[in-house]
Amino acid sequence: MSAYSITEPTLRAKWVAGSIVVLYALITLLPLVWIVLTGFKTPPDSISYPPKVIFSPSMEGYVNLFTTRSRIAADDLAALPPPETWYDQIVRDRDMVIVGPSKFGERFLNSVIIGFGSTALSIILGTLAAYAFSRFRVPLKDDLLFFILSTRMMPPIAVAIPIFLMYRSLGLSDTHLGMILLYTGVNISLAVWLLKGFIDEIPREYEEAALIDGYTRFQAFRKVVLPQAATGIASTAIFCLIFAWNEYAFAVLLTSGTAQTAPPFIPTIIGVGGQDWPAVGAGVTLFLLPVMIFTILLRKHLLRGITFGAVRK
Amino acid sequence: MAEVRLSNLSKSFGATKALSDVTMTIPDGAFVVLLGPTGAGKTTTLRLIAGLDRPDAGDVQIAGASVLGDTPAQRDVAMVFQQYSLYPHMSVRDNLAFPLRSPVLNLPEAEIDRQINAVAGVLRISHKLDNKATQLSGGEMQRVSIGRALVRNPRIYLMDEPLSSLDAKLRAELRIELKRIHAEMGATFLYVTHDQIEAMTMATHVGVLDAGRLVQFGTPRDIYDNPHNIYVATRLGQPRINILPATAFGQAPQTAAHIGLRPEHIAVGDGQAATIRRVERLGDQTRLHLVMGSHDLITLTDAHTSHSAGETVHIRPANPLWFDAAGQRIA
Repeated sequence: MSAYSITEPTLRAKWVAGSIVVLYALITLLPLVWIVLTGFKTPPDSISYPPKVIFSPSMEGYVNLFTTRSRIAADDLAALPPPETWYDQIVRDRDMVIVGPSKFGERFLNSVIIGFGSTALSIILGTLAAYAFSRFRVPLKDDLLFFILSTRMMPPIAVAIPIFLMYRSLGLSDTHLGMILLYTGVNISLAVWLLKGFIDEIPREYEEAALIDGYTRFQAFRKVVLPQAATGIASTAIFCLIFAWNEYAFAVLLTSGTAQTAPPFIPTIIGVGGQDWPAVGAGVTLFLLPVMIFTILLRKHLLRGITFGAVRK
Repeated sequence: MAEVRLSNLSKSFGATKALSDVTMTIPDGAFVVLLGPTGAGKTTTLRLIAGLDRPDAGDVQIAGASVLGDTPAQRDVAMVFQQYSLYPHMSVRDNLAFPLRSPVLNLPEAEIDRQINAVAGVLRISHKLDNKATQLSGGEMQRVSIGRALVRNPRIYLMDEPLSSLDAKLRAELRIELKRIHAEMGATFLYVTHDQIEAMTMATHVGVLDAGRLVQFGTPRDIYDNPHNIYVATRLGQPRINILPATAFGQAPQTAAHIGLRPEHIAVGDGQAATIRRVERLGDQTRLHLVMGSHDLITLTDAHTSHSAGETVHIRPANPLWFDAAGQRIA
């Protein structure tokens, strides 16, 4: 007997569902796989037609990403002492020598400082604001919440020119602080709204119990509310980080040197000495890693966080 | 330990009046039980004393001083919530230690351990101390939440139906345990319950609330024997008091509209004829469900009675309570 059950899917249904998921995953992951593979190709392999799926891997892209090189004449090259390291060797094979490190390391560090800095600031301000909106009688609460959300109703880049002018006169252009403040400003509405949903879900009785147990409102917030909002905080942090990490338009406009992040830097690699796709692939691959690691670390919370926030009353 | 005095307390939530003009004194060392149906204002009273809500009017005094300006922590009260409210991210031990680690008390860890173990023993949760608060049964959660109040030595214990989700045996044990704590420590309790046995056995005073008003305040015996109105009369007594038209047994005081007869206040033998509809044998007593004319009554009789359903008996009131048309007691 095979009775129809609404809770147990049939074997065939499982196979169909599984295949669709696998197919979807393949389609979305393909560009990612391609860029990672490109990072390990040699420049000729990277532009060969038909595209090469099977190739002998090379670290040339990564070497090019981290170095600046200079082409020298064959005679001069022959006169040099033998290469000391494997990366010297790779560069010499292209008739070049390494003249110094590239800016990639600095730009990457800028991304880390600005991305995580603005995420931390968004979360701190967002949590406090969300708690106040959730628990206290704030005058014009609904209007304020709508106002906060309305900052996201236009594309942020629409206000690029006023911000550009403001930043120039405030001396915030091309500074870490300026970029952290900017990304925090964009993220804060998302943080307040998401976190308010999570904090609304935490019954007030816990804080009331803590108040009676001898704690102040702020201590109750820290010891009772925050641990229970950890899930919401983790998933909100991921969303904030992804935005700040990937942001391109403002970064191009407002940063050029000291505070430039990786997104505007990576395209500039293309222009240096021909189209160096492996270096771009290498840069993108490395650029993906921090968000990926951060997300995997908080994955447990993220999954719960998304459904939690979505099915609220 | 302290006397708690409520004067003309009123509190509304939007359009609903939760409490109106309640004046009550909880003497130092008393065990006051608040009775009343859901929405009568019992929990609101506790919350106003604890400082979780502000009264619209009136005053709360603890030990002779108004506490309206004080935070809950400053009032030094302990409260057991109806919904347990255990901190879900902590172990049972940490839940119990939480009030002891507060900035107000901040006891040394050794002392905290000692107190937790003592309370856990009393409440029989010693074996659960290292569980997460969420891995407990309802009864265990309730005991932990009682324990969280008992580890401290506050000026007053506020308890909101603390025994409601325990099984009968545990409830009986904890009833005695709470009573022992009350007697030994001379602690002051304000205790909300639906349970008449808890009210009668534990209380030194009972306050009956109806729709936000304090209808009567007195000793359990007094509330039971001398209810001010029909409402109070029906709050205590199991089975409930029988309320019939005043003339059901013939003559009645002039203004009386209802006669109230507790089951034990019906004498069987002579008087009006009534038919036995059902006989409930409880072992220690037997209940007779009677039909007298168009009225249903319940009375108690000897445990080994030979009555059976369908028989006719004669009954008359013994010790009746008389109420007027508005439900107020007149005699």
